[in-house]
Amino acid sequence: MPVTFTVNGKSTTVDVPADMPLLWVLRDVLDLSGTKYGCGTGQCGACTVHLRGRAVRSCQTPVSNVAGAAVVTIEGLSADGTHPLQKAWETLDVPECGYCQAGQIMAAAALLALRPNPTDADIDTAMNANLCRCGTYIRIRQGIHHAVRSVAAETAGFTNVNPTQEAT
Amino acid sequence: MSPTLTLDRRTFLRVTALAGGGFMLASYLDPLDVLAQGRGNAAPLEPNAFVSIDANGIATIIAKNPEIGQGVKVMLPMLIAEELDIDWKDVRVEQGDLNPARYGTQSAGGSLATPTNWEPMRRIGGAARHMLIAAAAQTWGVPAAGITTTPGRLLHAASGRSAGYGQFASAAARITPPDMATLTLKDPATYRIIGTPIPGVDNHKIVTGQRLFGSDVKLPGMVYAVYQRCPVIGGKALSANLDVIKALPHVRHAFIVPDSHGGGSMSGVAIVADSWWYAETARKQLQVTWDNGPTAGDSSEAFAARAVELSKEAPHSTSREDGDAEAALAGAAKTVEAAYAYPFLAHAPMEPPNATAVFRDGKLEMWAGTQQPGGVVNTIATALAVTPADVTIHLPRMGGSFGRRLYNDYVVETAVIAKTVGVPVQLRWSREDEMRQEVFRPAGYHFLKGGVDASGRLVAWRNHFVSFSIAGAPPAPPPAQQAPPPAQQAPAGGRGGQAQGPRPAGSSTLSATEFPARFVPNFATHVSMMPLGVTTGAHRAPGACAISFVMQSFLDELAHAAGRDPVQFRLDLLANTPIPMQGGGGGFDAGRMTGVLKLVAEKSGWGKRTLPAGTGMGVAFHFSHMGYFAEVAEVNVDASKRIRVNKVWVAGDIGRQIINPLNAESQVHSAVIDGLSQLMLEITVDGGRITQGNFDAYPVLRMRQAPPEIETHFLTSDNNPTGLGEPPLPPILPAVTNALFTATGVRVRSLPLSRHGFSWR
Repeated sequence: MPVTFTVNGKSTTVDVPADMPLLWVLRDVLDLSGTKYGCGTGQCGACTVHLRGRAVRSCQTPVSNVAGAAVVTIEGLSADGTHPLQKAWETLDVPECGYCQAGQIMAAAALLALRPNPTDADIDTAMNANLCRCGTYIRIRQGIHHAVRSVAAETAGFTNVNPTQEAT
Repeated sequence: MSPTLTLDRRTFLRVTALAGGGFMLASYLDPLDVLAQGRGNAAPLEPNAFVSIDANGIATIIAKNPEIGQGVKVMLPMLIAEELDIDWKDVRVEQGDLNPARYGTQSAGGSLATPTNWEPMRRIGGAARHMLIAAAAQTWGVPAAGITTTPGRLLHAASGRSAGYGQFASAAARITPPDMATLTLKDPATYRIIGTPIPGVDNHKIVTGQRLFGSDVKLPGMVYAVYQRCPVIGGKALSANLDVIKALPHVRHAFIVPDSHGGGSMSGVAIVADSWWYAETARKQLQVTWDNGPTAGDSSEAFAARAVELSKEAPHSTSREDGDAEAALAGAAKTVEAAYAYPFLAHAPMEPPNATAVFRDGKLEMWAGTQQPGGVVNTIATALAVTPADVTIHLPRMGGSFGRRLYNDYVVETAVIAKTVGVPVQLRWSREDEMRQEVFRPAGYHFLKGGVDASGRLVAWRNHFVSFSIAGAPPAPPPAQQAPPPAQQAPAGGRGGQAQGPRPAGSSTLSATEFPARFVPNFATHVSMMPLGVTTGAHRAPGACAISFVMQSFLDELAHAAGRDPVQFRLDLLANTPIPMQGGGGGFDAGRMTGVLKLVAEKSGWGKRTLPAGTGMGVAFHFSHMGYFAEVAEVNVDASKRIRVNKVWVAGDIGRQIINPLNAESQVHSAVIDGLSQLMLEITVDGGRITQGNFDAYPVLRMRQAPPEIETHFLTSDNNPTGLGEPPLPPILPAVTNALFTATGVRVRSLPLSRHGFSWR
């Protein structure tokens, strides 16, 4: 069944069974291997992508559900790897093995889009569905705060926002 | 399958069960053995194999060891770059393929990379620098002794000449490498790279989703395989509905592999399709007739019951006996008797096992995430009827491992499938394959009795340890001479284990020198074993990850029974004069452990803080993989027995130098969080099959459950640096269970905590 959707801003048509999970369409058909398989049952978050701007588990998303929709994967989060979260992850050395981190960053990016200055409790809630067996949770939390601060610093530089307005 | 390596006494202890009653050599080596044998330093390493410098002065340094998240891909090149004397910004790191002749030992395990490479990798860098100096001396016509370096530059002060490394790079390649043993290395006070925080070299690829991991490998025309093994580990496929499977859409091949091909590989059914999902979907219709073999009756419940029975019988062997434990227990002022147990565990790395291979013109080329690539070449060559020289292995990054990929079963299976299908193929295990076809951390049962004297000192300790042997394995060879009396039975170097009789299951033995052995005057360790069908082996901090919970919890019980502070009770014990090691050798250094125990007590405010009701602190220490770690956990428990770990303090001594402080902190976080995970996890066997199949039934720690802070302190001591991937893990389990006791009065003697009604908040 041909399905047409947008991946990272580019219109794409694939001819695969309607129930084929988006994860395997991305990895095996479209050669976008940044999105990872971890459990196949929606419990680990390694396969997290953005669908219509929301973080979803691509292993639980039949490709028929994305017809006409916009999908963003880790490869398309930014043009050149300069999303504030990507930069924060590199600076703070968040990854250990790194396998889950694409999913972690996509989940964190969806959180920041909804709540630009999250509390630790917000982070725990938003990120609790993403497993990391290396145990990078403390640096993931620091990485999200770091990204928020870097955005705030840049914004302040241009618009002279009162810093107290940034506090939650 | 025929083992190609001679099994000596120590590697013999690490054999693992194989389908059909054979065994594989799990080349997991004890760090002390490796150092004693000088492994890793044996091959003459060539600087040119590790370092190349281009005309612009950019150095490309080969990272030789497999990367599983332990940070070795940045750590080893840092050692080379330091002595090469170059700015880190001018260094590019490339992963080396498997080539032990060029690079020496290439493995990931045992926290060995640091102790075995600290010296040789720095000498490689120093040799490369020496060759650049020699090339400049020739060209400039000046004595080499007059040339010095600053990062990336050669200077001859007397004539005022200077040049970048790039200018002499090609000339240096023609210089004969110096005698590595006599090179002068830098004064540590002048280090510019070692000791500085350097992020992982693959971070940019990771955060932008570039191809990096084994499962990211994609070759032209590649197909995808699943491999269904017998649910009873070690069983064999007799027949299957292959015609039905082959008729399914996009399925290319379906075939039975009737027997093991060595290396832990097992019989099974391969399904090969155009996408992994097509293969996995086809598997849902697969029907196989299995020969389950003799262990289809194994169950965790039966093991636990049998362990209790065995504890009441005479032990099968005694691995240590000092003084007279029974008499001392009878005369003790107070005694405590307790039964401890811990379950099987799965490694559950985020990336399940996988490998990619193409077999063409009698040669196999593989991309295999494995911790022991060197150990699999001969097995594959035998399985495919080619020579080892026909097998090429590339080493992609691994998505975690924790010991699972020390075992190359899936690598051998991929090679066999590749030869059968004749086109590039990637074998990927599902999460359920991974969890149910594991090389499990073995369960264990300890029946303990300890006694303290009237002054509150530990005077007697007896443990009957009930463990596992490999079901169906041939008995161990008889000893060369009559067994010595039990007191001398511990092998030289202090390892426990059995001199004859059933073979112990992988990683299921208890060292005869495991603390508090040697520090208690009347001490006995007895061992009994039950046959086991499932495969077991190394799991991050093998042995220690389980045993620490038992030893440090029971010590805590004895401290409380003696009315002593748990830290002071341990310090008193460490102050005893240890019974000498059999065959000499230093072994466990009580002074180093005393140092970290005092440090963690100080940093955590031990005994000085008033905690609210339901909150308690617990302490524990453990020595493993040459590292000394003491940890304190502050834990809160609510009325519903929900646990929150408020904070963890870690003090470690791994020698005089922390090579990469950024990664060192990561490894401590990782080990502590992995250990916390283990508190709530269990793998159970029922009908010879594994009950758990995915993260719903094996709930590894999530972000909300992780402590908000892990405060890490390193105590530097005048010892060569040692590894960090494993030794911070073992103490955290008893630190938390000891804290649970102070918070609630409940003494937890078996894991997981969920069996006692506890859960994470």
